[in-house]
Amino acid sequence: MAAEALKSDFGGKAHIALNDPKLRANFRRAMDGLMTKRAAQFADADEWNALRARGAAVRARALAQLPELLERLEARCQANGIQVHWAETTAEANAIVLGILQAAGAKRVIKGKSMVTEEMHLNAHLEAHGIAAVESDLGEYIIQLAGEAPSHIVMPCIHKNKVEIAELFADKIEGQAYTENVDELTAAARKALRGRFADADAGISGVNFAVAETGTLVLIENEGNGRLSTTLPPLHIAVTGIEKVLEKLEDVPPLLSLLPRSATGQPITTYVNMITSPRKAGEKDGPKAVHLVLLDNGRSRVYGDSELSDTLRCIRCAACMNHCPVYTRVGGHTYTFTYPGPIGKILTPQLEGLDCAGDQPHASTLCRACADVCPVQIPIPDLLVRLRTEAVHPSATAGVKGGGSAQSLSESLGWRGYTAMYGSPLIYRVVTRLMGLFGNWVPASAPMLKQWTSVRTKPKFAAKSLHQLAREKGFSHD
Amino acid sequence: MTDTAQAQRPHTVYFFGTCLIDLFYPNAGLAGMELLQRQGLKVVFPQKQTCCGQPARNNGYQDEARMVARLQLDAFPGDWPIVVPSGSCAGMMKTHYPELFEGTPDHARAVAFSARVYELTQFLVDVLGVTLVDKGEKITVTWHPSCHSQREMGVREQPKALLRQLANVTLIENPREAECCGFGGAFAVRQAEISAAMVTDKVASIAETGAAEVLSGDCGCLMNITGAAGKSRKAFTGRHIAEFLLERCHGR
Repeated sequence: MAAEALKSDFGGKAHIALNDPKLRANFRRAMDGLMTKRAAQFADADEWNALRARGAAVRARALAQLPELLERLEARCQANGIQVHWAETTAEANAIVLGILQAAGAKRVIKGKSMVTEEMHLNAHLEAHGIAAVESDLGEYIIQLAGEAPSHIVMPCIHKNKVEIAELFADKIEGQAYTENVDELTAAARKALRGRFADADAGISGVNFAVAETGTLVLIENEGNGRLSTTLPPLHIAVTGIEKVLEKLEDVPPLLSLLPRSATGQPITTYVNMITSPRKAGEKDGPKAVHLVLLDNGRSRVYGDSELSDTLRCIRCAACMNHCPVYTRVGGHTYTFTYPGPIGKILTPQLEGLDCAGDQPHASTLCRACADVCPVQIPIPDLLVRLRTEAVHPSATAGVKGGGSAQSLSESLGWRGYTAMYGSPLIYRVVTRLMGLFGNWVPASAPMLKQWTSVRTKPKFAAKSLHQLAREKGFSHD
Repeated sequence: MTDTAQAQRPHTVYFFGTCLIDLFYPNAGLAGMELLQRQGLKVVFPQKQTCCGQPARNNGYQDEARMVARLQLDAFPGDWPIVVPSGSCAGMMKTHYPELFEGTPDHARAVAFSARVYELTQFLVDVLGVTLVDKGEKITVTWHPSCHSQREMGVREQPKALLRQLANVTLIENPREAECCGFGGAFAVRQAEISAAMVTDKVASIAETGAAEVLSGDCGCLMNITGAAGKSRKAFTGRHIAEFLLERCHGR
């Protein structure tokens, strides 16, 4: 398991990313393409607004009754023959998955794409116990070959261009000649993976939606690898966060429309898998056993706050990162933890703690591009501000991990100075006057101004404030 | 403009100048006030006004934000519209004051206050339905919308509609205009390198339009954009749209 305590270093990692022109070009090109494709899907603003309101309502309704729905999901799954496991921590979840595999004598695992297993660092855990897990999603396969983490939650290897993938394949896949032909590269991965599907003892996948009413696990994908991973091996283990539950089967269609259209600009994914049970008597295919692992890992703590719990509405479409001007420039690895982009900036500090990732809510201009495109209306910028607040002024009820960890005397004194100046018309008048008279004497190398003037000229204080000019021009005061 | 808007046309408006304009761009504020005056309105500038409180709010200091915001609630007691030459400060007052004062005795007052807040170009177009007559030379300009004017105030078309009324002004739209310029208040210092990368891209996209001047309704963006354009010696200048309109239509 990932025992190493990770700490966010947004500025430091951003520095590296910003100075990598290839990386920046890869992200810019990819995000431009994704934004254009999504825009084409939602050209009709009325349709978009109605659909996202529906999506948000479906998710909000599910979260409002999360504990009951999880119990219903468990009961329905068990009635359908799916074995359900609960994990409070990623360590527990890893132990459960390992236990299931060991009990079945499984040595080789084929994986469908799953961000929750990335959050668990499951592959490393299995490898440490002698079980080889091979990623079968093309993007995941590529980064597994490269020994890297995903840089995007839908397109994990979006940080690499064709040439880099061509070099990687020639280097890592036996007998593979160098080619930049995308079809040939895809065919090479397909060929390499075919055998892995065939001899896998178990398949592990994520879950997009878990329907409580019917005990159905919905899994969408474009490559068919998800279907193969969940049907070909004799054992299927699905792993998901507890927030992915939906109340009814009829809640699926609006989200099935919103998710791919927001993510990749596709009207629907090539494959929509709905898994309701293991192989039944008389059926010719499907796994003999299906397990569902439900991971908490801090989610129930997020759930406890009526405002922050909106974070859990997320359906992992990645539209927020595709439209984020910060993500576009620094890429996913700058975020250190599993979930990058705007959603990561609100989710990670809540899962890992503000003491580990407190810089992330501040790595935003609050431009609201994310809020504009979120298909389930998560008010990400407002939650960023809420987390900034929790970092300096922890509320007793929210209990955000690491709350209050950014408290500092100098900063709070600074804000006391702010209220002293802007909270008193008289002091404000005196200080603006002084700034007008002497402000321009401050050298460009002064603290804070130094960062500003690295690429900009020094702002120039006006000799007279608007207050003064308004008085002189005879504008009424009241 | 529609009949209803004309019927609601007020005789007096408040002007909230913003602290940034007060310190750095007073002529932009003055131009906004004169534009309103020339529409026959009485413009009231309460001398008690200071800052909307957004810097404190955005940095997580809600008590401090409330303290400063409460002073603004006090400073604008009448029921006249409050016109703001900044989408960002207007957005703070319109969309965040109600939540900022939630559960306090000032909540009802804050809700009523926020309902009176307008961004300047929004007020000129949606409420006053102004007609502009261009007296200036031929010029090409481009528009930079601030994030909060677009996404909090919903102001997207109004400023462009004003510019399109001007016969000698050619508006060239920047294909990347909707993207943030990277200012973000404390962000420009906390994540200085990312902010620098963003404004560098923004300045390049403006330069690519070939416009002689970039106009905006927010001085925070302008300080960032013109500062970066100046440092990298780009060929364009930048100004608040109020100053531009006043000069074009009234020769000042």
